[in-house]
Amino acid sequence: MTDSNAKDSVGIVKPQSIHFDEALTLRSGKVIEAYDLMIECYGELNDDKSNAILICHALSSDHHAAGFHSTEGVVDKKPGWWDTCIGPGKPIDSNKFFIVSLNNLGGCAGSTGPTSTNPATNKAYGPDFPIVTVRDWVKSQARLADYLGIEQWAAVIGGSLGGMQVLRWAISYPERLRHAVVIAAAPKLSAQNIAFNEVARQSITSDPDFHQGHYYEHNTYPKKGLTLARMIGHITYLSDSSMRDKFGKDSLTEGNFGRDLSTGKLNFGFDVDFQVESYLQYKGESFSSNFDANTYLLITKTLDYFDPAVDYEGDLSKAFLQGKCKFLVVSFSSDWRFPPERSREIVDTLLKAKRQVSYLEIESDGGHDAFLLPVPRYLEGLSSYLSVVANEPVTTEKSSHAS
Amino acid sequence: MRADLSIIKDWIEPHSRVLDLGCGDGSFLALLKQEKQIFDCGLDLNPENINKCLLAGVNVIEQNLDKGLANFSDNSFDTVLLTQTLQAVQKPDLLVEEMLRIGKKCIITFPNFAYWRYRFYLISKGRMPVSKSIPFEWYDTPNIHFCTIKDFDALCNERNIKVLNRAVVDDKHRNSALMNINPNFFGINAIYHITR
Repeated sequence: MTDSNAKDSVGIVKPQSIHFDEALTLRSGKVIEAYDLMIECYGELNDDKSNAILICHALSSDHHAAGFHSTEGVVDKKPGWWDTCIGPGKPIDSNKFFIVSLNNLGGCAGSTGPTSTNPATNKAYGPDFPIVTVRDWVKSQARLADYLGIEQWAAVIGGSLGGMQVLRWAISYPERLRHAVVIAAAPKLSAQNIAFNEVARQSITSDPDFHQGHYYEHNTYPKKGLTLARMIGHITYLSDSSMRDKFGKDSLTEGNFGRDLSTGKLNFGFDVDFQVESYLQYKGESFSSNFDANTYLLITKTLDYFDPAVDYEGDLSKAFLQGKCKFLVVSFSSDWRFPPERSREIVDTLLKAKRQVSYLEIESDGGHDAFLLPVPRYLEGLSSYLSVVANEPVTTEKSSHAS
Repeated sequence: MRADLSIIKDWIEPHSRVLDLGCGDGSFLALLKQEKQIFDCGLDLNPENINKCLLAGVNVIEQNLDKGLANFSDNSFDTVLLTQTLQAVQKPDLLVEEMLRIGKKCIITFPNFAYWRYRFYLISKGRMPVSKSIPFEWYDTPNIHFCTIKDFDALCNERNIKVLNRAVVDDKHRNSALMNINPNFFGINAIYHITR
C-alpha cells in the first residue's frame, strides 16, 4: 500500500477552489453566471508553461487524483483515484509534468453543482442545476487553462467519461493541446450504455426520499436509490472473470464462478448469501454516503448526451480535421462497458481524418475499471508514450483560441 | 539495417504518407521520419514491439493484418510497406489487393523460396529448408505461405499489378551478376515496388 511518504507519491496535496466570474453559456442555452472549480496540481509548471497535463475525471471521481489529503482519517488517508498513474516516476510523471486535475461543474466535491447555493433563490440548486454537457465542461476547463496561464496543454488525459472530454478538447480547442490520451472511452454511448444509466436514474428518482430532487430541504437523501444506482453501475465496471476471481477465493475447487458464500452456508431466505451480494451492497452504500444523487443523475445525462458527431452530419472524422495533436487510444479486452470495438471506432475515425494515432488493446481481466488498475502493459505503454511527450521540442507559435 | 530496407528507403518520397504493415520495433519508420519527414503509421501485434514504437515516438496501431484493413480508406497513403511478412499472413493475395487499394504505391519484400540452396536442401536432405534467413522448423514457423519470385510475378500478371521496380538481393543486400541472370534461382530476398 502506498503512503504519502512513498518515493513515488506526490505526498500530501491541498485542493484549491478557483472562482470564475464570467458567465458560462451552456449547450442547453442556460447560463451559469459564476462558478467555482476545485482543482489539485502536482509537479512544477516550467518557465515556458509547456509541460502542463490536464486530467479529466470519469463519472464519480473528482479533483483528488493523486496523493493524500491527510495521513489521518478513513476517507482522507485514501490516495487519489488515479494514484497508480500519477506521481514521481509514474507514467504521468510529476517530476516532468505539471499535472492539473479538477472537479467538473455539476460535481459534488467542491465545484459548483446541485449542492451549491443558487444565487437566484438562495437555496441549493438541487434538481434545478442546469444539465451540463461534455462540451460545457471542456469550455470551463479551457477557462481554467487561461487562469493558470497555460496556452497549450502538453497532453489532456482521461479514462471513460474523461476520455470523452479529451476527444472534445481535440475538437473544440484543437490548437490548445499537443497530445490527446483517450482511455477506455467511446465516441458515444450505445443503447445498452444508456439503458444502464436509465436504470440508475430510475433507482434514484423512485426512492421516496428523493422528493423530486429537493431532498436537502427535507433533511434526507435518497440513500437506497443511490446505493442501487451505484450497484448496477459497479457491475458494469467489473468483468465476469474479475468477479469470479474476486469472489472465488475460498473455494478449494477450481471454477466455482465466484460463488463464495458470505457466511459459509446458504440461508434459504432473501438476505445475503454470496459474497458478491454483500460486496455490492457495501460498495453502493459507502458510495451513497459520499456522493450527491442529483450530481449522479446529472452526470449520467452528460454521458448519454455525448455525441460530438452531431455537429458534423454524423461523420465524426470531420470533427477531427482541424488541429495537429497526436492521439493515444487505449482499450481493455474485458471492458464490456466501452469494449475495444468502441475504441477502434475512435481510431478508425482518426485515421479517416488523417490524424496521428497510436492504439493499444490491453489484455486484462479488470473490466472497465482496468484503466484505474496497475495493469503492467498499460502503465508501460502510457509511460513510454509520455516519455516522448516530455522530451519533444515545443514550438512556441501562438495561435488564436477557438471559442 | 536489414538487407531489404536500405533499398526501400530510396523508393520513399520525402514528406509522403507511409503505412508500414508489421512495423516491428518502428526503427525503420523512425528512420524515415528523421531522414524524409514522412507521416508515419505502423501496424503490429507484438506488445514488446508496440512499446518500442511508442518509445521511439512512432505512431503504432495494434491491429491484426489477418483481420483485414477495412478501416483504412482508399488511396489514403502514398506508400504501403509489407516487409518480410507476406509469407506469414493467412490470405496474401487479398492483403496485396488491400495494400493496392490503400496505397498509391506498395513495397513488398519476401524470402524467395526458389533460391538454389533451399532447392538443394530439399532435394538432398528431403526435409524442409532451414537457413539463416528462414530459421524455423516446419512446425513452429510463422511462414505459412512461401512463394517464389516466379510465383509473385505470376500473381502480378494475373491481377494486373504493375511492377515499378524489382530488386533481388542476398542477406547482406548485395546484388550479383548471377542474381540478375536468374533471380529466381540465385536471389534470397525479393523486393517489389508495385502499383495499379
